[in-house]
Amino acid sequence: MVTIKELPKEEYLLKGHAACAGCGPSIALRLLFKALGNKVFLVVPACCTTVIQGPYPFTSFAVPLQNMLFEATGATCSGIVAALKIRGLEDITVVGWAGDGGTVDIGIQALSGAAERETNFIYICYDNEAYGNTGLQRSGATPYGAWTTTTPTGKKERKKDMPLIMAAHRIPYVATACPSYPIDFVNKLRKAKETKGTKYIHVLAPCPTGWRYDASKTVEVGRLAVQTGMWALYEIENGKFRLNPPSDRLIDKSKRKPVKDYLSMQERFRHLTEADMERIQAWVDEDWEFYRKLTSL
Amino acid sequence: MAQTVIDTANHIAGYAAKAARVKVIAAYPITPQTTVVEKIAEFVESGEMEAEYIRVESEHSAMAACIGAAAAGVRAFTATSAHGLALMHEALHWASGARLPIVMAVVNRAMGAPWSIWPDFSDSLSQRDTGWIQFYCADNQEVFDTIIQAYRLCEDERVFLPAMVCLEGFLLSHTYMPVKIHDQDEIDAFLPPYKSGWTLDLNNPVSHANLVSPEWYMEFRYMIQEAMENAKRLVPEIDKEYGRRFGFQYGGLVDKYQCEDADLIICTMGTMGAEAKVAVDNLRKEGFKVGVARIRVYRPFPVEEIRKLAEQARMIATIDRHISFGMEGFLATEVKASLYHMGDKPLVAGFIAGLGGRDVTFKTIEGIAKKSLKWMERGRVEKETEWVDLRE
Repeated sequence: MVTIKELPKEEYLLKGHAACAGCGPSIALRLLFKALGNKVFLVVPACCTTVIQGPYPFTSFAVPLQNMLFEATGATCSGIVAALKIRGLEDITVVGWAGDGGTVDIGIQALSGAAERETNFIYICYDNEAYGNTGLQRSGATPYGAWTTTTPTGKKERKKDMPLIMAAHRIPYVATACPSYPIDFVNKLRKAKETKGTKYIHVLAPCPTGWRYDASKTVEVGRLAVQTGMWALYEIENGKFRLNPPSDRLIDKSKRKPVKDYLSMQERFRHLTEADMERIQAWVDEDWEFYRKLTSL
Repeated sequence: MAQTVIDTANHIAGYAAKAARVKVIAAYPITPQTTVVEKIAEFVESGEMEAEYIRVESEHSAMAACIGAAAAGVRAFTATSAHGLALMHEALHWASGARLPIVMAVVNRAMGAPWSIWPDFSDSLSQRDTGWIQFYCADNQEVFDTIIQAYRLCEDERVFLPAMVCLEGFLLSHTYMPVKIHDQDEIDAFLPPYKSGWTLDLNNPVSHANLVSPEWYMEFRYMIQEAMENAKRLVPEIDKEYGRRFGFQYGGLVDKYQCEDADLIICTMGTMGAEAKVAVDNLRKEGFKVGVARIRVYRPFPVEEIRKLAEQARMIATIDRHISFGMEGFLATEVKASLYHMGDKPLVAGFIAGLGGRDVTFKTIEGIAKKSLKWMERGRVEKETEWVDLRE
């Protein structure tokens, strides 16, 4: 376990990257490199990071990066891992870094295939709950009620539970994270690096542009997502489910802030009625009942 | 030691991947391709072939895995047919755009709907503009030799493009023929270890294939066009060297037969080219001066060779196992386009034949030739596109 003081000073996400002000995913990227170092091959499908890295002939990343087709991250990583095995370069960490659309929607097949093949790599979904790069359309990861450009009156369906779908692949390591909790994320990345097989980390990455809050509030929004229980920090290590701090203290409903605190901070939810908020609160409470059961397994 | 085996073209493609010392194979089943990757699975699991075998969950992922492997510095191979190739379409563009020298066997099969498992070229020809070099084979030996030649060509620094080696389903894929598997040391001497224009490299942390503005995109496309032109020059050189080393060569871009004095040249691809040679022998016995130009490399298209053939021929009859709906067969279009700037040019008639695996025998081709000869004598093509053996 690292502490904030022990994080390496080196920066592999360089100055001049093209992320929006207050971009949650770019905080996660910076932490990714701090946790894994620069002995990393990164595969990036179409997503916000296509833009964040900067256009040809520049790059804002200090690691080799293969840009790839939207739906192909998992399979591309399988190919790279196979080649590195043949070349005896298995000490290089292969990382697939994809958005929520590229993971839970169009990329789910290639990811599922790579996981079932036990490809030795880390897959990170940075989830800003919409197709951000194309201008904020609804994805399978968009939560109920959220405004997007293709759900102008709010999404009518619930968010797809991708981490548990990945857990159903019986891979050795599944975790959730949020850049508002950097040490938790870094520790999970380090654990993933030391684990052989497919590792999946799902990062809730607040997006001021898409979620419609002030760009200075990204860390706060992420914290509220966790404190309200809208997002739980957990890991599933070899099938064993464990809530991580501070989520491990939130099983008791009285410890959780009301979801309204989180929802009302973001304009994407501003049209929600009291009844909508109650419905969301009830679903969150159900989720936590489920987590409680998982914890006792 | 060289050895002669009697086997199907699909298994032979597997032998060729092994002889080329392919290091990563991405495998997904589709009829009639499947026995290619089955054969390679045997080679890998028996330890005869030192390679990683990735059992992907789709053809799109097969090509993605090949792209990843080639980008990470090893020789990659896959094989597919028809709908599998169509599913790969997007990744085909990516492979050529990324200039990765991947070689793929395409076992030609007709596209649905309706379902057909039998051969025609509509699958690979639909991928004409993806930036892949396309070879078409006429027998099992050529399949083996062309896969080896293709790696040598693709990994040439003047090319660095991917290639499809196409062979027709069942007509070749499941047909047994004797094939000489050349001595491994000699193949190694002909085909050096894997080479590509770039690899993912910790010492050179580049963002590959990132966003390119309109200021630069066209130049990347022009470089692919240049590489295709280079390939056009290199294919005959490589084929000749291969012939010197191994005793098998195929005419480079175009396999020409009895064309020197021919009035009528039958221009076709794949096994129809082999069948056409039989037809030509028979027609010559009857006194008709007929030759065959079997297009062996369809991309880059052998424009100059077509023009050379057209200088002495009075007529060219193209036989396409393909139709570009709303137009004609690609071969007809491209032969005509090749001739456009010639002053005195031969007549061109286009024949559509063999779609969805309908037999095109030497007798079919004799019929096509006789009809063409009749039009040639009249100095007029009476039907620009003729569908052969079409039910009324």
